[in-house]
Amino acid sequence: MYVSPIREPLIKGGKDYSQVTKDIMAPMAGKPSIYWYVGIAISGGALLFGAWATFVTVYYGIGSWGLNKTIGWAWDITNFVWWVGIGHAGTFISAILLLFRQKWRTSINRSAEAMTLIAIACAGFFPLIHMGRIVLGFFIFPYPNTRELWVNFNSPLLWDVFALTTYFLVSLIFWYVGLIPDIGTVRDKAKNKIRKAIYGFLSFGWTGSAKHWSRHETVSLILAGLAAPLVLSVHTIVSFDFATSVIPGWHTTIFPPYFVSGAVFSGFAMVLTLLIVTRKALNLEQYITKVHIESMTKIIILTGSIVGIAYITEFFMAWYSGVEYEQYAFMNRAFGPYAWAYWIMMTCNVITPQLFWFKKIRTNLVAVFIISIFVNIGMWFERFVIIVTSLHRDYLPSSWTMYTPTMAEVGLYVGTFGLFFTLFMVFIRVFPVIAIAEVKSVLKSSSDEKKHTHHE
Amino acid sequence: MNKYLTAYYLDEEDLLKGLKKIMSKGVEVSDVLTPFPVHGLDKVLGLRRSRLSVVAFAGGAIGATLGFLFQAWVFTRAYPINFGGKPYFAVPSFMPVTFELAVLFAAFSMVFAFLISNNLGPGSKNIIHDEQITDDRFLLVVKMDEENEERIKVVENILSDAGAQGITLKA
Repeated sequence: MYVSPIREPLIKGGKDYSQVTKDIMAPMAGKPSIYWYVGIAISGGALLFGAWATFVTVYYGIGSWGLNKTIGWAWDITNFVWWVGIGHAGTFISAILLLFRQKWRTSINRSAEAMTLIAIACAGFFPLIHMGRIVLGFFIFPYPNTRELWVNFNSPLLWDVFALTTYFLVSLIFWYVGLIPDIGTVRDKAKNKIRKAIYGFLSFGWTGSAKHWSRHETVSLILAGLAAPLVLSVHTIVSFDFATSVIPGWHTTIFPPYFVSGAVFSGFAMVLTLLIVTRKALNLEQYITKVHIESMTKIIILTGSIVGIAYITEFFMAWYSGVEYEQYAFMNRAFGPYAWAYWIMMTCNVITPQLFWFKKIRTNLVAVFIISIFVNIGMWFERFVIIVTSLHRDYLPSSWTMYTPTMAEVGLYVGTFGLFFTLFMVFIRVFPVIAIAEVKSVLKSSSDEKKHTHHE
Repeated sequence: MNKYLTAYYLDEEDLLKGLKKIMSKGVEVSDVLTPFPVHGLDKVLGLRRSRLSVVAFAGGAIGATLGFLFQAWVFTRAYPINFGGKPYFAVPSFMPVTFELAVLFAAFSMVFAFLISNNLGPGSKNIIHDEQITDDRFLLVVKMDEENEERIKVVENILSDAGAQGITLKA
């Protein structure tokens, strides 16, 4: 088998196949550590805060939020776009990197895809709760009804419904098809009868037959081929929510590519934030190595730079268009009452990620962790800036206002964090965090032991 | 009555070498069970390329057609509404939903076809020949006729000559 002499090993520690199985399944065995309980207690608390905020919102209505007649969208849609964007890294890793045959994806795709699913669930919550009467949420789907009325297929908000539903369902089956062989492993290693029965049921009777593997590879490849344009379409459609309106600062053709790269940018930052902690907590440092971290920081440099160029292009186009409203909207963003939000965005998205050009910073885990959180913050502020600063000063100066979130809105946002981390920690205990079969399939060409023997 | 003769290797390269040897001696290997997809195994076993891509294409085409026709029907026949003077039959604005439905139908039809063709699914009762195959064993399975004890002996010898380990006869 060909072994590249230049590339650094992806799996360290001279593993053999059964060692890989053992290492990756270790976090699922036995009682969880004290840190896990502490983590679940904190995220459970956040979830409770969110439950309270949901109750307040449903009971009193949207009036419990800080929205007003000028600013109709604020934290809710900001959070929605932010969470959807975070989800994009998982699909990017599992689909686009699969099509590009990037072997380093095998160690991180499973957890990133899980993150995608949870992030979409968090995202979908915001438009639903923004409807006010959440029990009537099914109105967004076209179904035969006594009013004989259908939904508006010309509306980007309706496209969002289809895009997100499809995105969630396709991500779910993509993730699960990849999980089937690994659930088979968990089933075969299970010692207790109930555990064996549950995982036996979930493994769908996986046998590992050559024919099944051949079909499994075809399915994975085609699902990747379908998910790649899907992930691009989802954030394109999210950007249409803004781009198809006639609000200065929103009505720009640059939005689709700018939103997609921003989404991948924030998604990779969240994957880094999560995995730097996870690899340490679960003793998976030999599988999620510094090479993986470095590769992700390189994608952050690329997408972050695209986002930076998009900000500058937007500013240039506002001036170049000669439209005074457009020009005012951008001057107001940078120097108006929300300038602090704009400059936080600029610093966190355009300046700090550029530090990744230095190898010393890319390989310093503490620095990567801090910068990844900066990116998460910056990307949240990007959406806040786009939404709130564009709305708060509209065409009529008499209706200019400011926006402050209420405790209910804060609670909803914190609550989705609770949901995100709770589900992620449950996932860690229930399924293998790393794709066992996929890691084994690259072990020979990419582990340090094999590379060593090859040179001797 | 059918019986199964199983034997395993601990390395995929040994498996491929051994398998070629075994098959050249006229032994029909009915299945090979591996912990991960082994490249080159399809060729040795003479497996055809999967046609699941055709299912995906057909599913996608159906999804796209249904999605497009449905939107066109709603806006031109069922309940035409004038949105700011825009055309009723607005092809560009039907595209996002058409595309999403194409992807949804393609993905789901293909995955269902995958599960059905492999006899996989919740509660599926496939034979698990060896619990180690999801860990580190590469197991080959040869279907044998119980009556023909001589043939069993011959095949056992061929397997052990090709370096396979743990040769066992199972019901």
